[in-house]
Amino acid sequence: MEYFLQQLINGVALGSIYGLIAIGYTMVYGIIGMINFAHGDIFMVGTFVALIVFMGLMTIGLAWVPLALLIVLIVSMFVTAAYGWTVERLAYRPLRGSFRLAPLITAIGMSIVLQNYVQVTQGARNRPLQPVITGGFKFFEDSNFVVNLSNMQILIIVTTVVLMIAFSLLIAKTSLGRAQRACEQDRKMASLLGINVDRTISLTFVMGAALASVAGFMYLLYYGVIDFYIGFVVGIKAFTAAVLGGIGSLPGAMLGGLIIGLIETFWSAYFTIEYKDVAAFSMLALVLIFLPSGLLGRTEVEKV
Amino acid sequence: MSQAIHDSEVIASDAVLTVDHLTMKFGGLTAIDNLSFTAARGDITALIGPNGAGKTTVFNCLTGFYKPTEGMITLSQRAGGAYLLERMDGHKICHKAKVARTFQNIRLFGNMTTLENLMVAQHNRLMKASYYTIGGVLGLKHFRKAEREAVELARHWLEKIDLVDRADDPASDLPYGAQRRLEIARAMCTGPELLCLDEPAAGLNPRESAELNTLLMEIRDEEQISILLIEHDMSVVMEISDHIVVIDYGEKISDGTPEHIRNDPKVIAAYLGVDDEAVGESS
Repeated sequence: MEYFLQQLINGVALGSIYGLIAIGYTMVYGIIGMINFAHGDIFMVGTFVALIVFMGLMTIGLAWVPLALLIVLIVSMFVTAAYGWTVERLAYRPLRGSFRLAPLITAIGMSIVLQNYVQVTQGARNRPLQPVITGGFKFFEDSNFVVNLSNMQILIIVTTVVLMIAFSLLIAKTSLGRAQRACEQDRKMASLLGINVDRTISLTFVMGAALASVAGFMYLLYYGVIDFYIGFVVGIKAFTAAVLGGIGSLPGAMLGGLIIGLIETFWSAYFTIEYKDVAAFSMLALVLIFLPSGLLGRTEVEKV
Repeated sequence: MSQAIHDSEVIASDAVLTVDHLTMKFGGLTAIDNLSFTAARGDITALIGPNGAGKTTVFNCLTGFYKPTEGMITLSQRAGGAYLLERMDGHKICHKAKVARTFQNIRLFGNMTTLENLMVAQHNRLMKASYYTIGGVLGLKHFRKAEREAVELARHWLEKIDLVDRADDPASDLPYGAQRRLEIARAMCTGPELLCLDEPAAGLNPRESAELNTLLMEIRDEEQISILLIEHDMSVVMEISDHIVVIDYGEKISDGTPEHIRNDPKVIAAYLGVDDEAVGESS
Protein backbone atom coordinates (compact mmCIF):
# COMPACT_ATOMS: atom_id res chain seq x y z
CA MET A 1 0.00 0.00 0.00
CA GLU A 2 2.70 2.46 1.02
CA TYR A 3 4.80 1.35 -1.90
CA PHE A 4 1.85 1.87 -4.22
CA LEU A 5 1.25 5.36 -2.86
CA GLN A 6 4.89 6.27 -3.40
CA GLN A 7 4.74 5.12 -7.00
CA LEU A 8 1.54 7.06 -7.50
CA ILE A 9 3.22 10.27 -6.37
CA ASN A 10 6.24 9.63 -8.58
CA GLY A 11 4.02 8.79 -11.51
CA VAL A 12 1.91 11.92 -11.20
CA ALA A 13 5.03 14.11 -11.03
CA LEU A 14 6.51 12.48 -14.12
CA GLY A 15 3.16 12.55 -15.89
CA SER A 16 2.80 16.28 -15.25
CA ILE A 17 6.04 16.92 -17.10
CA TYR A 18 4.91 14.77 -20.03
CA GLY A 19 1.54 16.50 -20.02
CA LEU A 20 3.05 19.98 -20.26
CA ILE A 21 5.11 18.94 -23.25
CA ALA A 22 2.20 17.09 -24.82
CA ILE A 23 0.19 20.32 -24.88
CA GLY A 24 2.71 21.76 -27.32
CA TYR A 25 2.22 18.80 -29.68
CA THR A 26 -1.52 18.81 -29.41
CA MET A 27 -1.96 22.57 -29.97
CA VAL A 28 0.26 22.66 -33.01
CA TYR A 29 -1.47 19.62 -34.42
CA GLY A 30 -4.82 21.22 -33.74
CA ILE A 31 -4.04 24.43 -35.55
CA ILE A 32 -2.01 23.33 -38.58
CA GLY A 33 -2.38 19.57 -38.55
CA MET A 34 1.30 18.77 -38.40
CA ILE A 35 3.38 16.91 -35.83
CA ASN A 36 6.10 19.22 -34.64
CA PHE A 37 8.84 16.68 -34.12
CA ALA A 38 11.23 19.41 -33.03
CA HIS A 39 9.11 20.05 -29.96
CA GLY A 40 10.99 17.53 -27.82
CA ASP A 41 14.20 19.32 -28.67
CA ILE A 42 12.65 22.67 -27.85
CA PHE A 43 12.06 21.11 -24.43
CA MET A 44 15.71 20.06 -24.32
CA VAL A 45 16.81 23.58 -25.23
CA GLY A 46 14.59 24.76 -22.38
CA THR A 47 16.45 22.59 -19.89
CA PHE A 48 19.78 23.92 -21.10
CA VAL A 49 18.68 27.54 -20.99
CA ALA A 50 17.43 27.01 -17.46
CA LEU A 51 20.73 25.41 -16.45
CA ILE A 52 22.80 28.19 -17.98
CA VAL A 53 20.72 30.95 -16.41
CA PHE A 54 20.83 29.20 -13.06
CA MET A 55 24.61 28.82 -13.20
CA GLY A 56 24.87 32.46 -14.20
CA LEU A 57 22.81 33.58 -11.23
CA MET A 58 24.92 31.41 -8.91
CA THR A 59 28.10 32.99 -10.26
CA ILE A 60 26.90 36.51 -9.60
CA GLY A 61 26.00 35.37 -6.13
CA LEU A 62 22.24 35.38 -6.08
CA ALA A 63 21.80 32.97 -3.23
CA TRP A 64 18.12 33.25 -2.35
CA VAL A 65 16.76 30.19 -4.13
CA PRO A 66 13.07 31.13 -4.70
CA LEU A 67 13.98 34.41 -6.43
CA ALA A 68 16.70 32.70 -8.45
CA LEU A 69 14.27 30.01 -9.57
CA LEU A 70 11.66 32.57 -10.54
CA ILE A 71 14.18 34.47 -12.66
CA VAL A 72 15.38 31.22 -14.24
CA LEU A 73 11.82 30.23 -15.05
CA ILE A 74 10.89 33.54 -16.65
CA VAL A 75 14.11 33.94 -18.63
CA SER A 76 14.03 30.37 -19.90
CA MET A 77 10.38 30.72 -20.90
CA PHE A 78 11.20 33.78 -22.98
CA VAL A 79 14.33 32.36 -24.57
CA THR A 80 12.74 29.00 -25.34
CA ALA A 81 9.66 30.71 -26.73
CA ALA A 82 11.98 32.64 -29.04
CA TYR A 83 13.41 29.31 -30.22
CA GLY A 84 9.90 28.02 -30.83
CA TRP A 85 9.01 31.11 -32.83
CA THR A 86 12.22 30.90 -34.87
CA VAL A 87 11.72 27.25 -35.73
CA GLU A 88 8.21 27.98 -36.96
CA ARG A 89 9.32 31.00 -38.95
CA LEU A 90 12.29 29.31 -40.60
CA ALA A 91 11.16 25.75 -41.09
CA TYR A 92 7.38 25.62 -41.22
CA ARG A 93 5.90 28.89 -42.43
CA PRO A 94 7.68 28.88 -45.81
CA LEU A 95 6.24 25.40 -46.41
CA ARG A 96 2.69 26.20 -45.49
CA GLY A 97 0.48 25.28 -48.40
CA SER A 98 3.07 22.78 -49.58
CA PHE A 99 2.28 19.07 -49.51
CA ARG A 100 1.56 17.53 -46.13
CA LEU A 101 4.80 15.66 -45.64
CA ALA A 102 7.05 18.66 -46.28
CA PRO A 103 6.73 20.27 -42.84
CA LEU A 104 7.03 16.85 -41.22
CA ILE A 105 10.39 16.36 -42.87
CA THR A 106 11.64 19.82 -41.93
CA ALA A 107 10.43 19.14 -38.39
CA ILE A 108 12.67 16.09 -38.18
CA GLY A 109 15.43 18.20 -39.71
CA MET A 110 14.92 20.94 -37.15
CA SER A 111 15.06 18.33 -34.41
CA ILE A 112 18.46 17.15 -35.61
CA VAL A 113 19.65 20.73 -36.03
CA LEU A 114 18.72 21.63 -32.46
CA GLN A 115 20.33 18.48 -31.04
CA ASN A 116 23.56 19.05 -32.87
CA TYR A 117 23.56 22.73 -32.10
CA VAL A 118 23.35 22.02 -28.38
CA GLN A 119 25.87 19.21 -28.66
CA VAL A 120 28.37 21.48 -30.36
CA THR A 121 27.86 24.50 -28.14
CA GLN A 122 27.36 22.73 -24.81
CA GLY A 123 29.33 19.54 -25.26
CA ALA A 124 28.13 15.98 -25.43
CA ARG A 125 28.68 15.12 -21.79
CA ASN A 126 26.02 14.97 -19.12
CA ARG A 127 25.39 18.23 -17.35
CA PRO A 128 24.68 17.86 -13.67
CA LEU A 129 22.95 20.28 -11.33
CA GLN A 130 23.19 19.85 -7.59
CA PRO A 131 19.78 19.42 -5.92
CA VAL A 132 18.28 22.86 -5.45
CA ILE A 133 14.96 22.13 -3.86
CA THR A 134 15.35 19.66 -1.05
CA GLY A 135 13.21 18.40 1.79
CA GLY A 136 9.64 17.27 1.74
CA PHE A 137 7.05 15.41 3.72
CA LYS A 138 7.25 11.89 5.01
CA PHE A 139 4.24 9.70 5.66
CA PHE A 140 3.83 6.31 7.35
CA GLU A 141 7.12 6.72 9.15
CA ASP A 142 6.42 3.92 11.60
CA SER A 143 5.68 1.33 8.90
CA ASN A 144 8.40 -0.51 7.06
CA PHE A 145 8.14 1.66 3.92
CA VAL A 146 8.31 5.41 4.28
CA VAL A 147 6.38 7.38 1.65
CA ASN A 148 8.14 10.51 0.49
CA LEU A 149 6.45 13.52 -1.04
CA SER A 150 9.31 15.85 -1.84
CA ASN A 151 8.95 19.59 -2.14
CA MET A 152 10.12 19.23 -5.72
CA GLN A 153 7.21 16.94 -6.53
CA ILE A 154 4.79 19.36 -4.89
CA LEU A 155 6.26 22.17 -6.98
CA ILE A 156 5.88 20.14 -10.18
CA ILE A 157 2.29 19.18 -9.52
CA VAL A 158 1.18 22.62 -8.33
CA THR A 159 2.87 24.42 -11.23
CA THR A 160 1.32 22.05 -13.72
CA VAL A 161 -2.16 22.43 -12.27
CA VAL A 162 -1.87 26.24 -12.21
CA LEU A 163 -0.55 26.36 -15.77
CA MET A 164 -3.24 24.02 -17.01
CA ILE A 165 -6.00 26.16 -15.50
CA ALA A 166 -4.48 29.39 -16.81
CA PHE A 167 -4.04 27.85 -20.20
CA SER A 168 -7.54 26.48 -20.46
CA LEU A 169 -8.88 29.91 -19.53
CA LEU A 170 -6.68 31.52 -22.16
CA ILE A 171 -8.09 29.23 -24.83
CA ALA A 172 -11.68 29.48 -23.65
CA LYS A 173 -12.04 33.13 -22.69
CA THR A 174 -9.59 35.40 -24.47
CA SER A 175 -9.78 36.70 -27.98
CA LEU A 176 -6.50 34.99 -28.84
CA GLY A 177 -7.91 31.65 -27.73
CA ARG A 178 -11.00 32.18 -29.84
CA ALA A 179 -8.85 33.10 -32.81
CA GLN A 180 -6.84 29.91 -32.32
CA ARG A 181 -9.94 27.80 -32.23
CA ALA A 182 -11.22 29.60 -35.31
CA CYS A 183 -7.97 28.93 -37.18
CA GLU A 184 -8.19 25.31 -36.14
CA GLN A 185 -11.51 24.93 -37.91
CA ASP A 186 -11.21 27.11 -40.97
CA ARG A 187 -8.08 29.13 -41.58
CA LYS A 188 -9.37 30.86 -44.70
CA MET A 189 -12.56 31.98 -43.05
CA ALA A 190 -10.62 33.18 -40.00
CA SER A 191 -8.43 35.26 -42.26
CA LEU A 192 -11.48 36.78 -43.93
CA LEU A 193 -12.70 37.88 -40.52
CA GLY A 194 -9.51 39.88 -40.14
CA ILE A 195 -7.56 37.40 -38.04
CA ASN A 196 -3.88 37.37 -38.82
CA VAL A 197 -3.55 33.63 -39.26
CA ASP A 198 0.24 33.56 -39.51
CA ARG A 199 0.58 35.47 -36.30
CA THR A 200 -1.91 33.24 -34.53
CA ILE A 201 0.01 30.16 -35.62
CA SER A 202 3.28 31.73 -34.46
CA LEU A 203 1.76 32.47 -31.08
CA THR A 204 0.67 28.85 -30.81
CA PHE A 205 4.25 27.73 -31.29
CA VAL A 206 5.41 30.35 -28.81
CA MET A 207 2.97 29.17 -26.17
CA GLY A 208 3.81 25.51 -26.74
CA ALA A 209 7.51 26.29 -26.44
CA ALA A 210 6.94 28.30 -23.25
CA LEU A 211 5.11 25.39 -21.67
CA ALA A 212 7.84 23.00 -22.81
CA SER A 213 10.41 25.26 -21.18
CA VAL A 214 8.51 25.09 -17.89
CA ALA A 215 8.53 21.32 -18.23
CA GLY A 216 12.26 21.49 -19.00
CA PHE A 217 12.91 23.67 -15.98
CA MET A 218 11.16 21.17 -13.73
CA TYR A 219 12.82 18.19 -15.38
CA LEU A 220 16.20 19.79 -14.71
CA LEU A 221 15.44 20.37 -11.04
CA TYR A 222 13.83 16.95 -10.60
CA TYR A 223 16.44 14.75 -12.25
CA GLY A 224 19.44 17.05 -11.87
CA VAL A 225 21.18 15.78 -14.99
CA ILE A 226 20.61 16.62 -18.64
CA ASP A 227 22.28 16.05 -21.97
CA PHE A 228 21.65 17.09 -25.54
CA TYR A 229 19.77 13.89 -26.33
CA ILE A 230 17.01 13.93 -23.69
CA GLY A 231 14.62 15.76 -26.01
CA PHE A 232 14.22 12.72 -28.21
CA VAL A 233 12.91 10.17 -25.72
CA VAL A 234 10.94 12.64 -23.61
CA GLY A 235 9.53 14.20 -26.77
CA ILE A 236 8.38 10.83 -28.14
CA LYS A 237 6.77 10.00 -24.80
CA ALA A 238 4.95 13.33 -24.72
CA PHE A 239 3.86 12.82 -28.30
CA THR A 240 2.54 9.40 -27.30
CA ALA A 241 0.71 11.10 -24.46
CA ALA A 242 -0.88 13.58 -26.85
CA VAL A 243 -2.01 10.81 -29.20
CA LEU A 244 -3.24 8.70 -26.31
CA GLY A 245 -5.34 11.53 -24.93
CA GLY A 246 -6.68 12.39 -28.37
CA ILE A 247 -4.48 14.69 -30.43
CA GLY A 248 -5.95 18.17 -30.71
CA SER A 249 -7.50 18.04 -27.25
CA LEU A 250 -5.90 19.99 -24.39
CA PRO A 251 -7.39 18.03 -21.47
CA GLY A 252 -6.58 14.91 -23.47
CA ALA A 253 -2.90 15.87 -23.60
CA MET A 254 -2.80 16.32 -19.85
CA LEU A 255 -4.65 13.07 -19.22
CA GLY A 256 -2.44 11.21 -21.68
CA GLY A 257 0.65 12.62 -19.97
CA LEU A 258 -0.55 11.40 -16.60
CA ILE A 259 -1.37 7.95 -17.92
CA ILE A 260 1.99 7.54 -19.64
CA GLY A 261 3.79 8.76 -16.50
CA LEU A 262 1.85 6.38 -14.28
CA ILE A 263 2.28 3.36 -16.54
CA GLU A 264 5.98 3.97 -16.77
CA THR A 265 6.41 4.37 -13.03
CA PHE A 266 4.26 1.43 -12.05
CA TRP A 267 5.81 -0.83 -14.62
CA SER A 268 9.30 -0.05 -13.37
CA ALA A 269 8.14 -0.49 -9.79
CA TYR A 270 6.36 -3.81 -10.11
CA PHE A 271 7.88 -5.39 -13.19
CA THR A 272 11.13 -4.73 -14.98
CA ILE A 273 12.52 -1.25 -15.42
CA GLU A 274 14.03 -2.23 -18.78
CA TYR A 275 10.61 -2.62 -20.32
CA LYS A 276 8.99 0.56 -19.08
CA ASP A 277 9.07 2.21 -22.50
CA VAL A 278 7.65 -0.92 -24.06
CA ALA A 279 4.79 -0.80 -21.57
CA ALA A 280 4.04 2.86 -22.32
CA PHE A 281 4.07 2.37 -26.07
CA SER A 282 2.05 -0.85 -25.88
CA MET A 283 -0.62 1.08 -24.07
CA LEU A 284 -0.63 3.54 -26.95
CA ALA A 285 -1.02 0.71 -29.44
CA LEU A 286 -3.92 -0.75 -27.48
CA VAL A 287 -5.73 2.56 -27.20
CA LEU A 288 -5.27 3.29 -30.87
CA ILE A 289 -6.72 -0.09 -31.81
CA PHE A 290 -9.84 0.32 -29.72
CA LEU A 291 -10.20 4.13 -29.65
CA PRO A 292 -8.54 5.44 -32.78
CA SER A 293 -9.17 9.09 -31.94
CA GLY A 294 -7.66 8.78 -28.46
CA LEU A 295 -9.31 8.99 -25.08
CA LEU A 296 -10.77 12.50 -25.33
CA GLY A 297 -10.37 13.13 -29.04
CA ARG A 298 -13.23 14.11 -31.26
CA THR A 299 -14.12 11.60 -33.87
CA GLU A 300 -13.71 13.31 -37.19
CA VAL A 301 -16.85 13.39 -39.23
CA GLU A 302 -15.91 13.39 -42.87
CA LYS A 303 -18.20 15.72 -44.74
CA VAL A 304 -19.25 14.60 -48.15
CA MET B 1 -32.30 56.96 -51.60
CA SER B 2 -32.08 54.51 -54.43
CA GLN B 3 -33.74 56.95 -56.81
CA ALA B 4 -31.00 59.55 -56.53
CA ILE B 5 -28.21 57.09 -56.95
CA HIS B 6 -29.25 55.91 -60.36
CA ASP B 7 -28.07 59.17 -61.72
CA SER B 8 -24.84 57.92 -63.26
CA GLU B 9 -22.80 60.88 -62.05
CA VAL B 10 -23.59 60.11 -58.44
CA ILE B 11 -22.43 56.56 -58.92
CA ALA B 12 -19.12 57.73 -60.25
CA SER B 13 -18.49 60.21 -57.48
CA ASP B 14 -19.47 58.09 -54.52
CA ALA B 15 -18.51 54.54 -55.27
CA VAL B 16 -17.56 52.26 -52.42
CA LEU B 17 -16.10 49.74 -54.83
CA THR B 18 -14.63 50.33 -58.24
CA VAL B 19 -13.62 47.36 -60.34
CA ASP B 20 -11.48 48.47 -63.22
CA HIS B 21 -10.63 46.29 -66.22
CA LEU B 22 -10.44 43.19 -64.07
CA THR B 23 -9.11 40.11 -65.86
CA MET B 24 -8.50 36.75 -64.28
CA LYS B 25 -6.96 33.93 -66.27
CA PHE B 26 -6.35 30.38 -65.10
CA GLY B 27 -3.88 29.05 -67.61
CA GLY B 28 -5.76 29.18 -70.91
CA LEU B 29 -9.13 29.81 -69.35
CA THR B 30 -10.27 33.38 -68.99
CA ALA B 31 -12.71 33.40 -66.10
CA ILE B 32 -13.14 37.16 -66.05
CA ASP B 33 -12.48 39.27 -69.09
CA ASN B 34 -11.96 43.00 -68.79
CA LEU B 35 -14.76 43.55 -66.32
CA SER B 36 -15.46 47.05 -65.01
CA PHE B 37 -18.25 48.13 -62.72
CA THR B 38 -18.86 50.24 -59.65
CA ALA B 39 -20.90 49.67 -56.54
CA ALA B 40 -22.31 52.86 -55.08
CA ARG B 41 -22.09 53.59 -51.38
CA GLY B 42 -25.25 52.73 -49.53
CA ASP B 43 -26.60 50.59 -52.35
CA ILE B 44 -27.34 46.94 -52.71
CA THR B 45 -25.53 45.97 -55.88
CA ALA B 46 -26.32 42.56 -57.30
CA LEU B 47 -23.94 40.57 -59.45
CA ILE B 48 -25.90 38.05 -61.48
CA GLY B 49 -25.27 35.75 -64.38
CA PRO B 50 -25.73 32.15 -65.47
CA ASN B 51 -23.77 29.35 -63.80
CA GLY B 52 -20.06 29.57 -64.45
CA ALA B 53 -20.25 33.21 -65.50
CA GLY B 54 -17.41 34.14 -63.11
CA LYS B 55 -19.33 35.76 -60.26
CA THR B 56 -17.60 33.93 -57.46
CA THR B 57 -14.26 34.50 -59.17
CA VAL B 58 -14.93 38.23 -58.88
CA PHE B 59 -15.51 37.74 -55.14
CA ASN B 60 -12.35 35.70 -54.82
CA CYS B 61 -10.40 38.51 -56.46
CA LEU B 62 -12.02 41.04 -54.15
CA THR B 63 -11.14 39.14 -50.99
CA GLY B 64 -7.57 38.22 -51.82
CA PHE B 65 -8.05 34.54 -52.67
CA TYR B 66 -6.90 35.14 -56.20
CA LYS B 67 -4.44 37.69 -57.49
CA PRO B 68 -6.04 39.12 -60.63
CA THR B 69 -4.11 38.79 -63.86
CA GLU B 70 -4.90 42.38 -64.74
CA GLY B 71 -6.96 45.23 -63.42
CA MET B 72 -7.53 47.27 -60.36
CA ILE B 73 -10.02 46.94 -57.53
CA THR B 74 -10.40 50.06 -55.42
CA LEU B 75 -12.30 50.28 -52.20
CA SER B 76 -12.91 53.79 -50.94
CA GLN B 77 -14.02 54.25 -47.39
CA ARG B 78 -16.49 56.73 -46.05
CA ALA B 79 -13.74 58.46 -44.08
CA GLY B 80 -11.79 58.97 -47.29
CA GLY B 81 -9.17 56.24 -47.33
CA ALA B 82 -8.80 54.17 -50.49
CA TYR B 83 -7.35 50.69 -50.74
CA LEU B 84 -6.23 48.66 -53.72
CA LEU B 85 -7.63 45.28 -52.80
CA GLU B 86 -5.70 43.28 -55.38
CA ARG B 87 -2.47 44.16 -53.57
CA MET B 88 -3.53 43.22 -50.05
CA ASP B 89 -3.28 40.05 -47.97
CA GLY B 90 -6.45 38.23 -46.96
CA HIS B 91 -6.71 39.33 -43.36
CA LYS B 92 -5.88 42.96 -44.14
CA ILE B 93 -8.71 43.17 -46.64
CA CYS B 94 -11.07 42.65 -43.74
CA HIS B 95 -9.04 44.42 -41.06
CA LYS B 96 -7.89 47.53 -42.94
CA ALA B 97 -10.02 47.87 -46.06
CA LYS B 98 -13.12 46.64 -44.23
CA VAL B 99 -14.56 44.22 -46.71
CA ALA B 100 -16.42 41.24 -45.28
CA ARG B 101 -17.73 38.26 -47.19
CA THR B 102 -19.69 35.07 -46.90
CA PHE B 103 -19.49 31.94 -49.01
CA GLN B 104 -21.90 29.86 -51.04
CA ASN B 105 -21.51 27.07 -48.54
CA ILE B 106 -21.77 27.70 -44.83
CA ARG B 107 -18.43 28.30 -43.17
CA LEU B 108 -19.28 28.92 -39.57
CA PHE B 109 -17.01 27.73 -36.79
CA GLY B 110 -19.24 24.81 -35.92
CA ASN B 111 -17.59 23.83 -32.65
CA MET B 112 -17.89 27.33 -31.26
CA THR B 113 -21.05 28.84 -29.87
CA THR B 114 -23.20 31.28 -31.77
CA LEU B 115 -21.94 34.10 -29.57
CA GLU B 116 -18.32 33.08 -29.98
CA ASN B 117 -18.71 33.13 -33.73
CA LEU B 118 -19.70 36.77 -33.48
CA MET B 119 -16.88 37.48 -31.01
CA VAL B 120 -14.22 36.00 -33.26
CA ALA B 121 -15.20 38.53 -35.88
CA GLN B 122 -14.21 41.29 -33.45
CA HIS B 123 -10.81 39.77 -32.82
CA ASN B 124 -8.68 42.70 -33.91
CA ARG B 125 -10.41 45.23 -31.73
CA LEU B 126 -10.21 42.90 -28.73
CA MET B 127 -6.58 42.03 -29.32
CA LYS B 128 -5.68 45.69 -29.29
CA ALA B 129 -7.73 46.36 -26.19
CA SER B 130 -6.17 43.43 -24.35
CA TYR B 131 -2.63 44.55 -25.25
CA TYR B 132 -2.26 41.41 -27.32
CA THR B 133 -3.72 39.09 -24.69
CA ILE B 134 -1.39 40.00 -21.83
CA GLY B 135 -4.01 42.34 -20.41
CA GLY B 136 -6.71 39.80 -21.06
CA VAL B 137 -4.93 37.14 -19.03
CA LEU B 138 -4.42 39.58 -16.20
CA GLY B 139 -8.07 40.56 -16.40
CA LEU B 140 -7.40 44.28 -16.86
CA LYS B 141 -10.38 46.64 -16.74
CA HIS B 142 -9.70 48.01 -20.18
CA PHE B 143 -10.01 44.57 -21.71
CA ARG B 144 -13.10 43.65 -19.78
CA LYS B 145 -14.76 46.85 -21.02
CA ALA B 146 -13.84 46.05 -24.60
CA GLU B 147 -15.08 42.50 -24.11
CA ARG B 148 -18.40 43.83 -22.81
CA GLU B 149 -18.75 46.13 -25.79
CA ALA B 150 -18.04 43.23 -28.09
CA VAL B 151 -20.73 41.19 -26.41
CA GLU B 152 -23.10 44.15 -26.78
CA LEU B 153 -22.47 44.38 -30.50
CA ALA B 154 -22.94 40.62 -30.79
CA ARG B 155 -26.22 40.89 -28.90
CA HIS B 156 -27.37 43.67 -31.24
CA TRP B 157 -26.86 41.34 -34.19
CA LEU B 158 -28.33 38.34 -32.43
CA GLU B 159 -31.47 40.36 -31.89
CA LYS B 160 -31.55 41.36 -35.53
CA ILE B 161 -31.25 37.78 -36.72
CA ASP B 162 -33.51 36.55 -33.95
CA LEU B 163 -31.08 34.12 -32.30
CA VAL B 164 -30.60 35.61 -28.83
CA ASP B 165 -31.93 32.53 -27.08
CA ARG B 166 -29.51 30.28 -28.95
CA ALA B 167 -26.42 32.36 -28.19
CA ASP B 168 -24.69 29.60 -26.23
CA ASP B 169 -25.52 26.69 -28.52
CA PRO B 170 -22.84 25.37 -30.85
CA ALA B 171 -23.27 27.01 -34.24
CA SER B 172 -23.44 23.64 -35.96
CA ASP B 173 -26.63 22.81 -34.04
CA LEU B 174 -28.56 25.71 -35.55
CA PRO B 175 -31.02 25.06 -38.37
CA TYR B 176 -29.82 25.84 -41.87
CA GLY B 177 -31.63 29.16 -42.26
CA ALA B 178 -30.35 30.39 -38.91
CA GLN B 179 -26.80 29.46 -39.87
CA ARG B 180 -27.15 31.54 -43.01
CA ARG B 181 -28.33 34.53 -41.00
CA LEU B 182 -25.56 34.00 -38.47
CA GLU B 183 -22.97 34.13 -41.25
CA ILE B 184 -24.26 37.54 -42.29
CA ALA B 185 -24.28 38.73 -38.69
CA ARG B 186 -20.74 37.49 -38.22
CA ALA B 187 -19.59 39.35 -41.31
CA MET B 188 -21.30 42.49 -39.98
CA CYS B 189 -19.52 42.16 -36.63
CA THR B 190 -16.20 42.83 -38.36
CA GLY B 191 -17.49 46.37 -38.94
CA PRO B 192 -17.31 46.36 -42.74
CA GLU B 193 -17.81 49.16 -45.25
CA LEU B 194 -18.73 46.66 -47.92
CA LEU B 195 -20.47 43.37 -47.31
CA CYS B 196 -20.06 40.76 -50.04
CA LEU B 197 -22.64 37.99 -49.93
CA ASP B 198 -22.27 34.93 -52.13
CA GLU B 199 -25.74 33.45 -52.67
CA PRO B 200 -27.16 34.19 -49.23
CA ALA B 201 -30.60 32.89 -50.24
CA ALA B 202 -29.38 29.53 -51.52
CA GLY B 203 -31.40 26.74 -49.95
CA LEU B 204 -33.79 29.00 -48.07
CA ASN B 205 -37.51 28.47 -48.15
CA PRO B 206 -39.73 31.36 -49.35
CA ARG B 207 -40.43 32.63 -45.84
CA GLU B 208 -36.75 32.59 -44.85
CA SER B 209 -35.91 34.21 -48.13
CA ALA B 210 -38.34 37.05 -47.39
CA GLU B 211 -36.79 37.47 -43.93
CA LEU B 212 -33.40 37.66 -45.57
CA ASN B 213 -34.63 40.47 -47.80
CA THR B 214 -35.74 42.41 -44.74
CA LEU B 215 -32.41 41.82 -43.02
CA LEU B 216 -30.42 42.98 -46.03
CA MET B 217 -32.53 46.10 -46.44
CA GLU B 218 -32.08 46.85 -42.75
CA ILE B 219 -28.33 46.54 -43.15
CA ARG B 220 -28.48 48.99 -46.02
CA ASP B 221 -30.92 51.49 -44.52
CA GLU B 222 -30.20 51.38 -40.79
CA GLU B 223 -26.52 50.45 -40.70
CA GLN B 224 -25.72 52.30 -43.96
CA ILE B 225 -23.54 49.47 -45.18
CA SER B 226 -23.10 48.84 -48.90
CA ILE B 227 -23.80 45.32 -50.08
CA LEU B 228 -22.48 43.43 -53.06
CA LEU B 229 -24.58 40.39 -53.71
CA ILE B 230 -24.35 37.28 -55.86
CA GLU B 231 -27.71 35.66 -56.14
CA HIS B 232 -29.69 33.32 -58.34
CA ASP B 233 -32.99 33.84 -56.58
CA MET B 234 -34.57 36.54 -58.75
CA SER B 235 -37.22 37.34 -56.15
CA VAL B 236 -34.39 38.50 -53.89
CA VAL B 237 -32.43 40.24 -56.61
CA MET B 238 -35.27 42.16 -58.19
CA GLU B 239 -36.87 43.15 -54.92
CA ILE B 240 -33.95 44.57 -52.99
CA SER B 241 -31.23 45.53 -55.46
CA ASP B 242 -30.66 49.14 -56.35
CA HIS B 243 -28.30 48.27 -59.14
CA ILE B 244 -27.61 45.07 -61.04
CA VAL B 245 -24.55 43.99 -62.98
CA VAL B 246 -25.01 41.00 -65.28
CA ILE B 247 -22.02 38.98 -66.40
CA ASP B 248 -21.77 36.04 -68.73
CA TYR B 249 -18.61 34.16 -69.74
CA GLY B 250 -16.63 36.62 -67.60
CA GLU B 251 -17.82 39.68 -69.49
CA LYS B 252 -20.28 42.31 -68.47
CA ILE B 253 -23.37 42.15 -70.63
CA SER B 254 -25.62 44.59 -68.83
CA ASP B 255 -25.53 47.10 -66.00
CA GLY B 256 -28.37 49.18 -64.57
CA THR B 257 -31.53 49.27 -62.51
CA PRO B 258 -33.61 46.15 -61.96
CA GLU B 259 -36.17 47.58 -64.40
CA HIS B 260 -33.55 48.05 -67.09
CA ILE B 261 -32.11 44.55 -66.56
CA ARG B 262 -35.49 42.87 -66.70
CA ASN B 263 -36.09 44.22 -70.17
CA ASP B 264 -32.62 43.94 -71.58
CA PRO B 265 -32.71 41.46 -74.49
CA LYS B 266 -29.06 40.49 -73.95
CA VAL B 267 -29.84 39.38 -70.42
CA ILE B 268 -32.85 37.43 -71.53
CA ALA B 269 -30.76 35.78 -74.19
CA ALA B 270 -28.04 34.85 -71.74
CA TYR B 271 -30.48 33.30 -69.34
CA LEU B 272 -32.96 31.67 -71.67
CA GLY B 273 -30.77 31.14 -74.69
CA VAL B 274 -31.45 32.50 -78.15
CA ASP B 275 -33.43 30.63 -80.73
CA ASP B 276 -31.88 29.90 -84.08
CA GLU B 277 -33.68 32.66 -85.92
CA ALA B 278 -32.43 35.34 -83.56
CA VAL B 279 -28.86 34.12 -83.94
CA GLY B 280 -29.22 34.26 -87.66
CA GLU B 281 -30.45 37.84 -87.51
CA SER B 282 -27.73 39.10 -85.24
CA SER B 283 -24.90 37.55 -87.26
